[in-house]
Amino acid sequence: MNRAVWLWGILFALWVVLSWHFTTLLLGFGVATCVIAVWVAMRMGTLDRESVPVHLILRAFAYVPWLVWEIFKSNVRVARLILAPRLRVDPSIVHFFASQRTDLGRFIYANSITLTPGTVTTGIVGDDFEVHAIVQSEIDGSEENDMNRRVTWLEGEAAP
Amino acid sequence: MEQTVTVLSWALLLGGAFFLLTGSLGMVRLPDVFTRMHAAGMTDTMGAGMIVVGLAVYNGADLVTVRLLLILAFLWFTSPIATHAVAKAALSGGLRPYTLGGVGAAADGGGGARDDGAESAEGGVPS
Repeated sequence: MNRAVWLWGILFALWVVLSWHFTTLLLGFGVATCVIAVWVAMRMGTLDRESVPVHLILRAFAYVPWLVWEIFKSNVRVARLILAPRLRVDPSIVHFFASQRTDLGRFIYANSITLTPGTVTTGIVGDDFEVHAIVQSEIDGSEENDMNRRVTWLEGEAAP
Repeated sequence: MEQTVTVLSWALLLGGAFFLLTGSLGMVRLPDVFTRMHAAGMTDTMGAGMIVVGLAVYNGADLVTVRLLLILAFLWFTSPIATHAVAKAALSGGLRPYTLGGVGAAADGGGGARDDGAESAEGGVPS
């Protein structure tokens, strides 16, 4: 129930920001639309920790700035690679270990890998990530371990 | 103050333009679909990101800035999923990633627009 309130609040905040009209009619439409959306989500059984991950919000404020900095660094690296007179690409499929306990955590880790240019997640089997890297020698594992550790911290699930 | 804002937003916009241009250049130079994905990833992370943040800085703190940042948030949530879908589709279609040892010597060419990755796909086994 708590999650339903959260979802409604987030959806309604989005409605207000995108509309910014404060007439009774339009606010009423917003309230009704969000109620219907939450009701549909409840009927579909998707109001769980995976679809409404409000428990991650606080930690995300620490994770996202770090991720943006990583994205910037790897963008510069791939830009240098592309602009070099000789194209020194050495692509390969590499495998990463993911220590997250939930599908949501793995999803966040996989998307973080893909968001940083130079690495794209192409497949996930359990805790084994198949990643396409544009220069395999630059993958020494330390940065990925760091990201893996941070996503596991972000996920924050207690051990089963 | 106003000058700082103008300089900062211009720097961000030019930086974004640089990453968009480099990403597009990468689309032409890199040898196959998988390596080109990394170049495409540059355009929608830093390219779009720096341009949107540059516009937000130029615009100042108001509603339009909130909406601009929402655009960026949605873009950064959805683009890795699209990239993953392309990679997955290419792999299930039997396309084998280009590697230095595997297919020809296109990496030395620099002009690299030849689609050497596609040749090995003929031999690949579609799953």
